[in-house]
Amino acid sequence: MNSHLRASGSAYFLTAAKNNKERHTLSVLVDNEPGILARIAGLFSARGYNIESLTVSETEHEQGLSRITVVTIASPKTLRQIKLQLERLIPVHKVHDLTAEGNPLERELALVKVAGAGEKRVETLRLAEAFRAQVVDASTTSFIFEITGKTSKIEQFISLMVPLGLVEVVRTGLSAISRGPDGM
Amino acid sequence: MSEKLTGAEMVVEALKDNGVEHIFGYPGGAVLPIYDALFQQDAVEHILVRHEQGATHMAEGYARSTGKVGVVLVTSGPGATNAVTGLTDALLDSIPLVCITGQVPTSLIGSDAFQECDTVGITRNCTKHNYLVKKIDDLARIIHEAFYIAASGRPGPVVIDIPKDVQFALGQYMKPSTQIQHNSYSPNVEGDIGDIETAVDLMLQANKPVFYTGGGIINSGPRASELLRELVELTGFPVTSTLMGLGAYPASGDKWLGMLGMHGTYEANMAMHDCDLMLNIGARFDDRITGRIDAFSPGSTKVHVDIDPSSINKIVDADLAIIGDCEHVLEEMVRLWRTKTNAPRTEAIKPWLDEVEKWRAIKSLGYENSDSIIKPQFAIERLAAAVKDRDVYITTEVGQHQMWAAQYFPFEEPNRFMTSGGLGTMGYGLPAAVGVQVAHRDALVIDIAGEASVQMTMQEFSTAVQFRLPIKVFILNNEYMGMVRQWQELLHGSRFSQSYSESLPDFVKLAEAMGGKGVRCDDPKQLDQAIAEMLDYDGPVLFDCRVEKLENCLPMIPSGKAHNEMILADTADISNIIDEKGKALV
Repeated sequence: MNSHLRASGSAYFLTAAKNNKERHTLSVLVDNEPGILARIAGLFSARGYNIESLTVSETEHEQGLSRITVVTIASPKTLRQIKLQLERLIPVHKVHDLTAEGNPLERELALVKVAGAGEKRVETLRLAEAFRAQVVDASTTSFIFEITGKTSKIEQFISLMVPLGLVEVVRTGLSAISRGPDGM
Repeated sequence: MSEKLTGAEMVVEALKDNGVEHIFGYPGGAVLPIYDALFQQDAVEHILVRHEQGATHMAEGYARSTGKVGVVLVTSGPGATNAVTGLTDALLDSIPLVCITGQVPTSLIGSDAFQECDTVGITRNCTKHNYLVKKIDDLARIIHEAFYIAASGRPGPVVIDIPKDVQFALGQYMKPSTQIQHNSYSPNVEGDIGDIETAVDLMLQANKPVFYTGGGIINSGPRASELLRELVELTGFPVTSTLMGLGAYPASGDKWLGMLGMHGTYEANMAMHDCDLMLNIGARFDDRITGRIDAFSPGSTKVHVDIDPSSINKIVDADLAIIGDCEHVLEEMVRLWRTKTNAPRTEAIKPWLDEVEKWRAIKSLGYENSDSIIKPQFAIERLAAAVKDRDVYITTEVGQHQMWAAQYFPFEEPNRFMTSGGLGTMGYGLPAAVGVQVAHRDALVIDIAGEASVQMTMQEFSTAVQFRLPIKVFILNNEYMGMVRQWQELLHGSRFSQSYSESLPDFVKLAEAMGGKGVRCDDPKQLDQAIAEMLDYDGPVLFDCRVEKLENCLPMIPSGKAHNEMILADTADISNIIDEKGKALV
């Protein structure tokens, strides 16, 4: 019945199934208790899963709940395992694979410091306006922009800033939520 | 309002309220208040070990032979780190443990204080869950919750780290509520009834079915084993088991194929390879079982029953997954089978059973005996014959002797075989035997050991002497780390690097030095008499059984090979079987 299937999750033959990896965003509802982030991060490192981005903050204060958004790249089989392994952790309430469930709303925020003078400074401001990046700090030789958006938009903005005098960038990592009326 | 208790008193109260009668531990600075509270009561008996690893394995043996939670009490720092091996072992084999560790006072945490370590950090990945108790008000609730988490769902070890100031603090004790509710943890025990019915329908149509059972049946409780026996009887299907599941179906049963996997029988592995319906009840497709994964049972429909959803599709894809406790699922399977038919399918699957008989006729556990040297297989057969009418519990260490015990000792009941399966912890068996004997004072408890493994936790023999626990340690002494030597023969041109023990203790004198009895035997003709001498002694015995030094443990599925590529006992040269790819595997 399933002789056509090729299992690949064994410790043996790890070379199989490397090409079918997908990028997925998971939303994890957890008790906001000491060590919870270490539990999540420890599970990923112990089992060799990949973390592309991880954000965490308390979201429901009265109930002491935090929402963690994890972006990972894995094969569909490993993605199922990641979800199930996360659900095994005692303080984890729910795990949703937002990417699998539909097209989630995803945003991240970056602070981008650019230094320069003359024509470059003007060009910097023009691009920032086009990207709806706000100036949150300025000096005669530098700007700090705050930009919010999809990861691709932020990466595009950052790459445009490189020749114009990019100094440094900090990013929050991705926050994501499902579309429509239903909550997690 | 009742009188306030100290944290230490609460620990003892909570242990009593959770039905704990025995704990295994070792005192130290950061747990002195709890030891003081233990001193002033009689309800909980404390077994003083010689090393904290011993305490964890004793608690495992205790838990696995009784179905209760095993409890460990150790101090901070080295006490906690010494317990890590046993905690990991319990996690891999799903054994319910609660391990209470002392911690430096909260004000000193993070200051590299004397005997401080990050216990919750170190044990996070080797426990089902762990806690650091920072407030006395949380203590009672956490202990009750820890027992619930350890024992429910897929069982496992839970650590509670209690700083010394919390042990001294006064607070209000809370009794455990009858119905513990956890807001994010609620294991599913009842399988989906529609899926169970689908499984029964598959069983009614199968031509080549096999039950592949595992430790989940043992963990589920004795009723699950009864139901398995009933279902096997009702269906007429052959049954095999993993190492952890031995005893769920009796070795004397006529449908029994023997253990499967790397050192399983030919008939069990061939049945797994050629079946058209595999019924996995409470096993997890461990790599010792599957062999080469892309050649694993290529033509079968796979039904997988497991209480842990993450076991499903982890290694082998299941065609039908049933998430639930083995007892519940087996109960429904038996009930549904009865509503659909009255007769076993023995006639319908006769060609399959005939095929199984042909494989059985190979006699893959056959070995060439000797009348001058004790063969290890013979030693276990004679031991089994000597104890067959006794109430007997067997533990093992890890290695060749462990596999020989699994192959040649017939297990008739569940909870009678305690062994380190997942982690493969040498040194498990002797302390585990102590733990079993604490729970079953009048039973015969035997650790089938190897001379290398047993030296890892040898000092716990002294614990057995102290508490008058008459364990029998039956050492198959071949002077080699036998399984290492066998793999070196298989893979590394018989270059026996560091696997020969140049200097072994005199086990007879060692036993006597620690206050027990020693017996030695190197003659197959004297063996029965020597075994009788061991069994007749009312106290702990070390039995130094000198066996054939170079015997290999066969049959064997070499690493990187499939179930139908086993090495059998009559294979003359095993050194050229594994290819380059297989050599890299474990």
